[in-house]
Amino acid sequence: MSLGLFYALLGGGLFALGLAGLILRPHLLAKIIGFNVMGSGAFLVLVGLGSRDGVADPVPQAMVLTGIVVAVAATALALALARRLLELSGDMVLPGERLRPGEDDDADA
Amino acid sequence: MTELADFGVFDVLLALALLGSAWRALAAPDLFKATVLFIVFGLLMALAWARLAAPDIVLAEAAIGAGLTGALLLDAVGHLRARRRAREEDGR
Amino acid sequence: MSGSPGAGRSRIVTWAVVGLCLGLAGALAWAMLDLPAPSTRLPGQVAAQLERSGVEHPVTAVLLNFRGYDTLLEIAVLLLALLGMLAAGVAPRASAPLGASSMLAALARALAPLMVLVAGYLLWAGAFRPGGAFQAGAVLAAAGVLLRLAGFLPAWTRPGAALRMALAAGFALFLAIAALGLTEGALLRYPEPSAGALILAIESGLTFSLGLILAGLFLAGPELPRREDGGGTP
Repeated sequence: MSLGLFYALLGGGLFALGLAGLILRPHLLAKIIGFNVMGSGAFLVLVGLGSRDGVADPVPQAMVLTGIVVAVAATALALALARRLLELSGDMVLPGERLRPGEDDDADA
Repeated sequence: MTELADFGVFDVLLALALLGSAWRALAAPDLFKATVLFIVFGLLMALAWARLAAPDIVLAEAAIGAGLTGALLLDAVGHLRARRRAREEDGR
Repeated sequence: MSGSPGAGRSRIVTWAVVGLCLGLAGALAWAMLDLPAPSTRLPGQVAAQLERSGVEHPVTAVLLNFRGYDTLLEIAVLLLALLGMLAAGVAPRASAPLGASSMLAALARALAPLMVLVAGYLLWAGAFRPGGAFQAGAVLAAAGVLLRLAGFLPAWTRPGAALRMALAAGFALFLAIAALGLTEGALLRYPEPSAGALILAIESGLTFSLGLILAGLFLAGPELPRREDGGGTP
């Protein structure tokens, strides 16, 4: 197995892991972390598959570079919206979901 | 055109560390811990990009993926905690 | 994530989601292992055209020349995201600001000029080695965040006209140069002898605006209430 293919497979695994977190965790901050893990997985798939024959491919690398910057912008926008929701509803969870007992940000505070 | 390095033990260890830190970041009930683990995940990703011969992405991932995203998330966690504490004090 | 029995969600749903995601990972792995070899060799094509691109580093050539369209749209997306954040009106932060210790202030004072220097170097280096507008912009933004944490920079309650123009400048410059290509026959087609200079101009604008926009993602929001006991800037 080539190095590129190995990291592409790892990216697939990270994508699925992030998706599970995105679905299962009710807290929006945890969902945003899950979304970022999914993004990293997708980036690894792109660059990994691009270089699976052992030669680094600049085209997916450039795409991923823009992707990382767009991901941080999306994260910041999502956090701003989550804060707005916190102001309006008092909690950072989507309507219809509830935090589990123990799932809190200040469990140790 | 850059050739990639050969596949080795380090890559397996790095993959396990990436999966482990992502898992722990997503499973941690404490959001502060989750955020710190996510920053660790971002820095490990930078190592993975170095292995994939993508130095441009190493720079971007370390500065943006781990640094800026981490700062944004930590800021949000701090905001959330301060708010909860203020509400608890009001309730008393 | 997978273990504890949820209050509002049954264990069965949790395990079903975990199972589905494992299935997805398996399907993705199967698809990747089954993928036929690509019919076009992009690295070779990039290397063949690199001479005509105006820069020597293949990633910069792809970003600013071969696939300039993506980069143009990307800076537009960033601008939109920041506008969305400003429009959403970030809630006032109840938290006291991070007490800017004199240590942090001194560190920020020493590091910020260095970071601007590094950003300038990365911008220049992008033409022939790893580096470029994105990394340079990220370093500038990091300098902005550091200055904010040290208490030297105010948060943006409502960006003034000059700041708003500076935010849009990179995108506007890129768009203008892209439109210039219309005289050559197509959007984003640079006249070949001056491609290098045009790319450097675009990258300078991008670095400036990207740094501001990325820092703005962190700085946007009302002024933090100052802590009574000082601890701020001396």
